[in-house]
Amino acid sequence: MPGGAIAFRDVTCERGGRVLFEGLTFAVEQGQAGVVTGPNGVGKSSLIRIAAGLLQPVEGTVAYSPPRALITEDAALDRELPLDRALLFWARFDDSERAADERVADALEAFDLTHLAPVPVRLLSTGQRRRAGLARVLAADSPTWLLDEPANGLDAHALTLFEAAIARHRKAGGAVLIATHQQLDVPRAQMIVLEAA
Amino acid sequence: MKGFATLVMRELRGAWVSGGMLLPIAFFLLVAILFPFGIGPDSKLLARVGGGVIWAAALLAALLPVERLVAPDLERGVVDQLAVRGASEAMIATAKLVGHWLGFAPLLMLASVLAAGLLGLSGHTLLAIELGLLIGTPGLAALGVATAALTAGLRGSGAVAGLVMLPLAVPLLIFGAGSIEGGPGALKLLGAVSLLLVAGTPFVAGAAMRMAGD
Repeated sequence: MPGGAIAFRDVTCERGGRVLFEGLTFAVEQGQAGVVTGPNGVGKSSLIRIAAGLLQPVEGTVAYSPPRALITEDAALDRELPLDRALLFWARFDDSERAADERVADALEAFDLTHLAPVPVRLLSTGQRRRAGLARVLAADSPTWLLDEPANGLDAHALTLFEAAIARHRKAGGAVLIATHQQLDVPRAQMIVLEAA
Repeated sequence: MKGFATLVMRELRGAWVSGGMLLPIAFFLLVAILFPFGIGPDSKLLARVGGGVIWAAALLAALLPVERLVAPDLERGVVDQLAVRGASEAMIATAKLVGHWLGFAPLLMLASVLAAGLLGLSGHTLLAIELGLLIGTPGLAALGVATAALTAGLRGSGAVAGLVMLPLAVPLLIFGAGSIEGGPGALKLLGAVSLLLVAGTPFVAGAAMRMAGD
């Protein structure tokens, strides 16, 4: 996996004629983490969507090292499929030197989901589905992670697993950008605080 | 076009698990069965209107799964995930078009044989219908995907989808039903309309999906 990075330069985000944030500049380099915080509706999710290229900023530029792995509100896993096959669907799309099923098996293991591998996604609980979404990010083997409220619905055990996964990812040279309203244990993280306009 | 075949397979699986493969066919046959009840058992009359009945039923069957074609993928972030992996919306729409067509057209053409029997159509007429369906159903599938993308996220999108799709399907219906007696001229026009819809849909549906994600 090559090093990850994401950098915003003078980025202005406008939604429905309303400016959410203006002239935002930051850089999350290889092995670093950026944590975006701020009150509801301040544009945390929009920031992640801009970072993912799903939303165009009205001004400014975004630089990143591809490929990016993204988690948004929904895990985007096919509900009728067993968990491992649902993850495999996405893992096959992602470029990696390692085989897709190996990456999925490792990701399931990392989030303590191995015993749920044959269970259809629709039968998983909210927290389990969240872990499955994070496992999808992990299985992508992408250097740059973009996580929108990744800890929603996670219990204490899952939170520990998640924080450990982030630490491993950073150690391997990856970069993480997290938008969250929760307290996460991410050491030496760069805080990006959005304030209500 | 990485993953195109995977996406088509996913569409087919979606059609299968939602009962979307068999439901439209059952619906199609039911319409074909109900018509004779409505206009009476006059075999001459049935033979004359039968082709048109099959085409109208095919159109309605193509419309049935429209609600699950695009909207759920937009809601669940599947389109976002594909976009992050570099898939263009036009490519996603094309995969949906191919998947939707494979999901209903071949079965519909098989069911038409049954419907033709029920309506007392001759073998010659049946052959003309099958040929017309082969050329026209890609256009119906394209229209279905474009409508699904345009109406995704609207409240009561099912009803709106019907209102959007049915008028646009008129040329397909005219030339499709016309080709049964009209011969090669109508078939060529049917092909032209179908081609236009198939060629335009990836861009129309792709743009609609992009705007929905914005």
